Amino acid sequence: MHNPHPGLPELEYVKPASLEEASAFLVAHKGEARPFLGGTDTFVRMRDGFWKEKYLVDIKGLDGTNVITFDPAKGLTIGSAIPMNKVSAHPDVKKNYSLLAAACDTVASYQLRNRATIVGNICNASPAGDTIGACMAYGGVLTVFGAGGVRQEPLATFFKGPGKNALQTGDIVTAITFPIPPKPHSGRYMKLGRNKMSDLSIVGVTVLAYKDAAAKSGYTFKVVLASVAPVPFMAEAAQQILAEEPVTEESIGKAAEAAMQAVKPIDDVRSSARYRSYMVRNLTRQALSEVWQQVKS
Amino acid sequence: MSVTRINLTVNGSKEVVDVPSNWTLLQMLREKMALTGTKNGCAAGECGACTVMLNGEPVNSCMVLAVECDGAEVVTVEGLVQDGQMDVLQQTIIDAGGVQCGFCTPGMLISARALLDRNPNPSADEVRAALVGNLCRCTGYIRIVEAVQTAAQASQ
Repeated sequence: MHNPHPGLPELEYVKPASLEEASAFLVAHKGEARPFLGGTDTFVRMRDGFWKEKYLVDIKGLDGTNVITFDPAKGLTIGSAIPMNKVSAHPDVKKNYSLLAAACDTVASYQLRNRATIVGNICNASPAGDTIGACMAYGGVLTVFGAGGVRQEPLATFFKGPGKNALQTGDIVTAITFPIPPKPHSGRYMKLGRNKMSDLSIVGVTVLAYKDAAAKSGYTFKVVLASVAPVPFMAEAAQQILAEEPVTEESIGKAAEAAMQAVKPIDDVRSSARYRSYMVRNLTRQALSEVWQQVKS
Repeated sequence: MSVTRINLTVNGSKEVVDVPSNWTLLQMLREKMALTGTKNGCAAGECGACTVMLNGEPVNSCMVLAVECDGAEVVTVEGLVQDGQMDVLQQTIIDAGGVQCGFCTPGMLISARALLDRNPNPSADEVRAALVGNLCRCTGYIRIVEAVQTAAQASQ
């Protein structure tokens, strides 16, 4: 249901000079103002009439939002205004967080990724967000500037429902940080769409694996599932099977089965719930097998 | 609703434009500057007919507010012509029969130009991946992909 007219509803564009000013404006205009980054979801929802905010508060360029830095001792920080193409082309991301770079490249089209941001993808809290699985698998933590000061929001507890997250009025996410990833590790994002490229996902399976002496099996596997529940989530039962049992094709099959049992999919225009469930099992098994081949050698 | 005066460069020419705050870059180009080569298709960032270069990178101009473009450099399909000479891509897409109705062509050309600027010798798969956000309902894409590769070879 797209409005064929290019026009947006009446709105005011607000470009604050500081995070303090932006946050205060959002608080003063509660319910009428929304922070915006690339606008790739915002404009669609405003044109379709789902979002009716009067003020769009442009936070691109505010303190910390425009930088991407890698510290070999601390990890990676990606400012909230950094578009996905800059993330996936960044040499330190390609070298150390290749799963994140690969996930970015599955989003829509090249020209859209010049505007779309990872933090925007996360804050929309879509169950289908393509970059969310990689961000969760790498242990991403959001830096949030709010009325009460600066705080950290781990992704593990950030998502509250479709389109709902842990942010309060006046909160502005300035960056996402990731710890140093295990070396070596292997990751895979399997995206099932209605076409090979550019579509929203029917099912998204993210898998990350590495050697881990603390695990009984000697390996840790992270499995994050998207588009199959109200929020993207870690398939903990599947992870536990592969932490405790020797990793074989049999235990991988068992873990994939456990992933399928954990989903709560819906029927929608892209797929039936039943098809989603079976594809979670199949894609999880395939992703686990692929990363296992790489991580064991 | 407020109107903001912005300064920007469009196809090499410095412009001063007054834009309402809800106008997109697409609207400003077509309705204020009469640059109607850039097309309005889906208005949802999916079809790519409105693709222009913004500060050297292709974007969907239906997904950018005009007021955000203060100080920016914009190149539209009209700007691909330099001193009366078409871009090599424009000639190869004509020669290959990659234009039928022509509605997607301006956006297709901008995405293809951006690809060749960052990757002067792309494979057919790389061309397809770069043009995934430019939908064509006429050609079946094969001739467009060929045109981009021919232009790449001609520029070597």
